[in-house]
Amino acid sequence: MMNEDAGKSAPGYTPFHPRWYRPHVSVYWWLGEWHYLKFILRELSSVAVAFFVIETLFMLSALHEGPEAYAHFQAVLRNPLVVLINIISFLFVVFHTITWFNLAPSAMPVRMGGKKLPEALVAAPSYVAWVVISAIVCWIVLH
Amino acid sequence: MMADKITLEIARYSPEHDQEPHFQSFEVPVHKEWVVLDALNHIKDTVDGTLTYRWSCRMGICGSCGMMVNGEPKLTCATFLSSYAKNGEKIRVEPLRYFPIVRDLVTELSDFLAKLKKVKPWLLPKDEPPLAQGEFLQTPEQVDRYKQFSMCINCTLCYAACPVVGLDPVFVGPAAIALAQRYNMDSRDQGAGERTAILAHPDGVWGCTFVGECTRVCPKHVDPAGAIQQYKIAAVLDWLKSFVAPRGA
Amino acid sequence: MEASSHDVLMVGGGGAGLRAAIAAAEVNPKLSIAVISKVYPMRSHTVSAEGGAAGVAKPDDSLDEHAYDTISGGDWLSDQDAVEAFVREAPQELLQLEHWGCPWNREPDGHIAVRAFGGMKKRRTWFAADKTGFHMLHTLFQTSLKYQPITRYDEWFVTRLLVDDGRVQGVVAIELMSGKIQTILAKAIILCTGGCGRVFPFTTNAAIKSGDGMALAYRAGSPLKDMEFVQYHPTGLPFTGILITEAARAEGGYMLNKDGYRYLQDYNLGTPEPKPVLRCMELGPRDRLSQAFIKEHEKGRTIETPHGHVVHLDLRHLGEKLINTRLPFVRELCLKYQNIDPVTELVPVRPVVHYMMGGVSTDINGATPLRGLLAAGEVACVSINGANRLGSNSLPECLVFGARAGKTAAEYASEQKPASAAVLAQALDEEKRLEAQYLHKVGGRERVATIRGEMQATMERSVGIYRDEPLLQEGTAKLRELRERYADINLDDRSRTFNTELESALELGFMLDVAESMMQCALHRTESRGAHQRLDYPNRDDERFLAHSLVYRNADGTSRVEYMPVTITRWPPGERVYGQGKEHGEAVAAKRIR
Repeated sequence: MMNEDAGKSAPGYTPFHPRWYRPHVSVYWWLGEWHYLKFILRELSSVAVAFFVIETLFMLSALHEGPEAYAHFQAVLRNPLVVLINIISFLFVVFHTITWFNLAPSAMPVRMGGKKLPEALVAAPSYVAWVVISAIVCWIVLH
Repeated sequence: MMADKITLEIARYSPEHDQEPHFQSFEVPVHKEWVVLDALNHIKDTVDGTLTYRWSCRMGICGSCGMMVNGEPKLTCATFLSSYAKNGEKIRVEPLRYFPIVRDLVTELSDFLAKLKKVKPWLLPKDEPPLAQGEFLQTPEQVDRYKQFSMCINCTLCYAACPVVGLDPVFVGPAAIALAQRYNMDSRDQGAGERTAILAHPDGVWGCTFVGECTRVCPKHVDPAGAIQQYKIAAVLDWLKSFVAPRGA
Repeated sequence: MEASSHDVLMVGGGGAGLRAAIAAAEVNPKLSIAVISKVYPMRSHTVSAEGGAAGVAKPDDSLDEHAYDTISGGDWLSDQDAVEAFVREAPQELLQLEHWGCPWNREPDGHIAVRAFGGMKKRRTWFAADKTGFHMLHTLFQTSLKYQPITRYDEWFVTRLLVDDGRVQGVVAIELMSGKIQTILAKAIILCTGGCGRVFPFTTNAAIKSGDGMALAYRAGSPLKDMEFVQYHPTGLPFTGILITEAARAEGGYMLNKDGYRYLQDYNLGTPEPKPVLRCMELGPRDRLSQAFIKEHEKGRTIETPHGHVVHLDLRHLGEKLINTRLPFVRELCLKYQNIDPVTELVPVRPVVHYMMGGVSTDINGATPLRGLLAAGEVACVSINGANRLGSNSLPECLVFGARAGKTAAEYASEQKPASAAVLAQALDEEKRLEAQYLHKVGGRERVATIRGEMQATMERSVGIYRDEPLLQEGTAKLRELRERYADINLDDRSRTFNTELESALELGFMLDVAESMMQCALHRTESRGAHQRLDYPNRDDERFLAHSLVYRNADGTSRVEYMPVTITRWPPGERVYGQGKEHGEAVAAKRIR
């Protein structure tokens, strides 16, 4: 059967054999879109969480070793660079917490009265608990 | 005052003439009721009959007309020209991301159809009572448990939004898993065990990292991300239970 | 040319096609069954049906009542034996769908819920939220996936039926993806391609409803039946054709002409009250509302818009709260697809074509006079809908007759010899025709969209809600002219890969044939009945026209019309009237049933 366009075909095309174009997905796919970037930052925030855990372990270890070790630990913490790291990590942890609270209800839907409760309503108690517990901890620490 | 014309930059690809896609610009009138699909029809009817795309119902229920509009997966029958015209933007129209491109704005869907079939999306009741016994009883509350997941129109916008689909073509994907959950949660179905092999698998739910884009772009509010995470929890609980009581007990 | 072969082939993969495929697979799992569709099955137009599916379900209802509602609604043009079979099998089919997982709405005790629907005197409409067709289609599609014997040809476009030795033996089809033209042989073929709303300019129908199956049968020598009966829905959006459900009027919407006047009071539909009254004003019968629109238009009192003439549906006085609770889907459709907010704006509406009562002539089992060819669903005319279809009867129609046709085809195919070699020669001719007329054609001057637009305008003018002889003759001549100009079509797109312009051109060819058949049937039926209203013959004429129109294609593209009597079993023709007269007519008829 004659293909009238045979002479004009693009190289690599065989008549009646579809040649699909497969776009390549870049290694930097996550920079292409704000929503993807937010996702990657959310995942990276677990590093900040880990950082605080390790920092707390160091603090406990220093406490255990005695007042000199603890004073040294506090001095390290006053270093401006360490303060900066802590601030950034704190912001990441807040971001981590907020995104976690907002996503959890879709993974564990709560049903009452034959219907699914709105996700905002299910997330609300987590926020309330967060604020209350933080307030209690602050009060204990600052007194 | 809204502009009365707007420019569309449309991805073109004809395998018989092109090696790769390129963009072509068209100017179309802006009417209050016109959506991107109407602009495409206008171009095809009056300017360039070679423009190729899928569409059918023009009311967001058939799922044919999904495309990338300014980088977002959208149903073009529900995307008004006026929302771009009033910002003075151009409109870039491309085929849905992460699918092979057949021609212009048409994507290749056989892989998606195969994934839908793999999750066994049909009712698997314990036994098949004869019709004379009447309907399976199902309360409105029981219907509500799976209703949301049954609303999927197979438009594949969620596949175009999901980076895992893009990076890992073997990933079963949001719509297929949501459809499996629709049956798992249906009180008349007892086939969850038959779907475990494909779902509780690295290419199944465990491939999902809860990016959540699928739910954000879904035009029917199916919440596939929710379906996947719910299945993950159910799968883990099932696995733990299997230590206490062997499967089938 | 490549040729594949199957025992039973379904052309069209919507409600009827999928149901037929499953039925055939269940009759004989050893058969090779194929479904060929120009779109993926879940895109079929069944998906857009909203209202529901009727089937006698409650103890206070009876099959005879459903049958009577259908027959009287059809203005006595329905074949009563077919209606009796239909009402008997409809509840079973709907139940079968439930067993396959369809999420029907339920009563609090878990049983199927049914609701009232226009034209049905008892509550018998099963529904799945307001997306019944969507749920039915997806249930059927997903269920069909588990049957191994079913092969699918997705996005293949059938261009011709192959007939030899007095029977249908296969089809020629284009694989859209590659452009390959291939023969698919089959011992039995069931057309399930739906209606042809797209021959009109204002329609609820999707782009794919171009009457393909009707034209295929017509060209193969099988007659079409009752093509003049076109159902309009009185309130559709003018540009998109999206249907604005009767519920908007039932909740209290007003219909206003360009002076803001509730014009229905001028047409024997009662007097305007602030609240809706059953069967009065805006809640009158659909055809009367559509006819009132035409008369207002003639008086120059409709509103002209860039998308044609409209009247206004006013919902503003209902308030945002009521609209959001009782009419959320109406508001969503208007906002999302046509950028209008019914809470603050007047909604432009006009009558839109919705359903084709007519189609490929079949018997009660879906078989056409052409051996090996069957049809089911909207493409077919059995006829159960007669001159006017009742709402919520078309979804069960797809199921009941899809299943019947599937079974009949499976049994027929088991007894047939394989196809003859002669058809392969026909198939090669078809391929040459497609290349000569479209793909390699030089010098044509017409665009597909131009001819299509003119055809649609002609149909609206001549085969619209009101018809008369001069307009029908004018329409006949215009269609002849369009057929000649169609031969002069020039395609921009000459490639093979996914050529949708070629597809539109072929669809236009089908539509021109279907339009011709509709025009001729309307011209020859010199009476008014149901959806066919002749200004020059305003009365029903049971003596001459209690019969189906059968239209056959002549070799030169013109047609000839014959008549076939309606099958009457237990319900002699009565009066289809409204208000007090209706009750009287029904009482008379009811006496006869007993």
